[in-house]
Amino acid sequence: MVFKPTIEDIKNIGYYLGRIILGLSLTMSIPLLLGFMLKEINPALDFLIAIEIALIFGMILTRLCYSKKELNWMQGMVIVSLSWLVAMALGAVPLYLSGHWKSYLDACFDAMSGFATTGLVLVQDLDHLSFTHNLWRHLIMFIGGQGVVIVALALFVKGASGAFKMYVGEARDERVLPNVIHTARFIWLVSIVYLVLGTFALATVGIFSGMKPFTAFFHGACIFMAAFDTGGFAPQSQNILYYHSFPFEIVTLVIMFLGAINFKLHYHIWQGNRKEIVRNIETQSLFVSIILTFSLVAIGLKQSGAYPQAFMLFRKGFYQLASAHTGTGYMTIYPAQFITEWSQLALVAVMVAMSLGGAVCSTTGAIKMLRVGIIYKALREDLKRIILPEHSVVVQKYHHIKWVFLEDKQVRSALLITLAYLVLYGAGSIIGMRYGYPFLNSLFESVSAAANVGLSCGITDMTMPAALKVTYILEMWVGRLEFMAVFTLAGFFVALFRGK
Amino acid sequence: MVKLKVKKQKENRFKLWFMVLPFTFCLLPCLCYSQPVSSSELINNAEQYDGKTVVYAGEVIGEVMARGKFAWVNLSDGKNSIGIWAERELLKELVYRGGYKVRGDWLEVTGIFHRACLYHGGDLDIHAQALTRISSGRAPAEFMSTSKRNFALALSGILFLVFILTQVILRHKNA
Repeated sequence: MVFKPTIEDIKNIGYYLGRIILGLSLTMSIPLLLGFMLKEINPALDFLIAIEIALIFGMILTRLCYSKKELNWMQGMVIVSLSWLVAMALGAVPLYLSGHWKSYLDACFDAMSGFATTGLVLVQDLDHLSFTHNLWRHLIMFIGGQGVVIVALALFVKGASGAFKMYVGEARDERVLPNVIHTARFIWLVSIVYLVLGTFALATVGIFSGMKPFTAFFHGACIFMAAFDTGGFAPQSQNILYYHSFPFEIVTLVIMFLGAINFKLHYHIWQGNRKEIVRNIETQSLFVSIILTFSLVAIGLKQSGAYPQAFMLFRKGFYQLASAHTGTGYMTIYPAQFITEWSQLALVAVMVAMSLGGAVCSTTGAIKMLRVGIIYKALREDLKRIILPEHSVVVQKYHHIKWVFLEDKQVRSALLITLAYLVLYGAGSIIGMRYGYPFLNSLFESVSAAANVGLSCGITDMTMPAALKVTYILEMWVGRLEFMAVFTLAGFFVALFRGK
Repeated sequence: MVKLKVKKQKENRFKLWFMVLPFTFCLLPCLCYSQPVSSSELINNAEQYDGKTVVYAGEVIGEVMARGKFAWVNLSDGKNSIGIWAERELLKELVYRGGYKVRGDWLEVTGIFHRACLYHGGDLDIHAQALTRISSGRAPAEFMSTSKRNFALALSGILFLVFILTQVILRHKNA
């Protein structure tokens, strides 16, 4: 029997949702301040309007649904999935008001792409967008990468035991520290420290590459936020190609890999446990996977003859591949070149890399390396069982911060999530084909959206059908939250209407 | 008399063809060739244009990034931006660089197109041989949008009302 959610359930959800909206309005004050500082009057007004709308909704929800009750699992999951939709709707308001997005749906697309750290864009005339709006585009990636709810947890929630339920809902089932709020604050500490260092590194390279100090620092901060959070937005329409700088590409590569590493691993490295990098199943899987997929990319590019020199092939091939594997989506080629210049083998290798992603409890999306490692270990265990004598005891273990014995429960969970991702990739590509796009292009774009990567082969454009835009928005949302929270939300609505 | 007239007409026709044909075969292709190629055409048919001299026109976007005696400048034709590698001397005329408050100068560049440039790590770019400023950019003053201002003011009023109402609800609950 399905139980209908009670008024208390709805009040609790509304209350926390209201607090998250208030938190979001606070983050909007950063671009507002920049707008005033740079005398960008109309962009500042856009943010003032968005803040006011957010405050109105936030205040109404927190007062009407005021509750002191602790969250249960269902409420936590529903709050998380709804908060991402609300963040998208409110985050899109200043973007839409700027006039650089053809419709509110397009602005929502970019807002979800930002929050989910995807990087697909529908913005028009990006090169003339204000500093204020550009900062917001990158800031939403920074917020989304850490997690919308993590912001609220780190800033507004004190000692709430229900916090863990929301934390898990944002596809982070690992706690860096025993207390989830301390974990949220640690994640922010890591991000802020790297933000300062990364911005400085990128700005220095930018200045040496001929940029003016202010622009170099602004671009540095924006690129860092999008690279560390494996997002892929850039202040200029040419993406990373705008800078024409090899050192800039190297720094962004380092930042992308830092973003693709588990925050728990960051913590252990910070604690001096450097051996963990080599022993960890995720870093091992990532290393092997990158070597395998890059080999395919290299063979594919050699076939196509797009790059006559080995260095060029490596520079272009590895950057695109690393960007795909870490789920960033930064490009040093034009989207159309994927189709016109790259061979299908190279394209498929990039797709495989996109679909696998980085580490769990990182800012990346997709299947993730821990699950790939677990599935590989399970396969090895089964093969051993067949090969070895029947009476032998086969035990498989892996190192992930500590030695862990492989259990059926972990394998089942890893396989289920992997299967769910594969279905999502397939569903998106079928819808793409329904609108007349070729199979490979549709699959590429669908994987890119669902795995929160952001590489495009040219389908994502303001002229694409609205239904496809909605499909990609849903893929980005579901892919970022890793299904459970979204399934719970669906169950919640079913229970609301059919429950007793 | 009539024969003479016909002969003259034939001569005139011949003269006309004599003038038109060289124009058609020599001058017209030259004129067509000097027409700027769009960025989409260059990117989508990069192999076809690789190593050839092309004419491309676009708005100066962002900064001119100096690298020794040369500099990078990105030109956008509205669809895509393409990086132009040019001697800094050629960019002396440049005044406006496109950004939020500025519409950049429009430049026409004649140069060698590279599908994957050997000197720049495989970037798709154009090495400029000549640059001409087609039209000057501008930096129009920004005026506050009255509709946005009024909307913000109206929302301030609603926000104030909501705040008062929530305070009343809070007091009512506490009582």
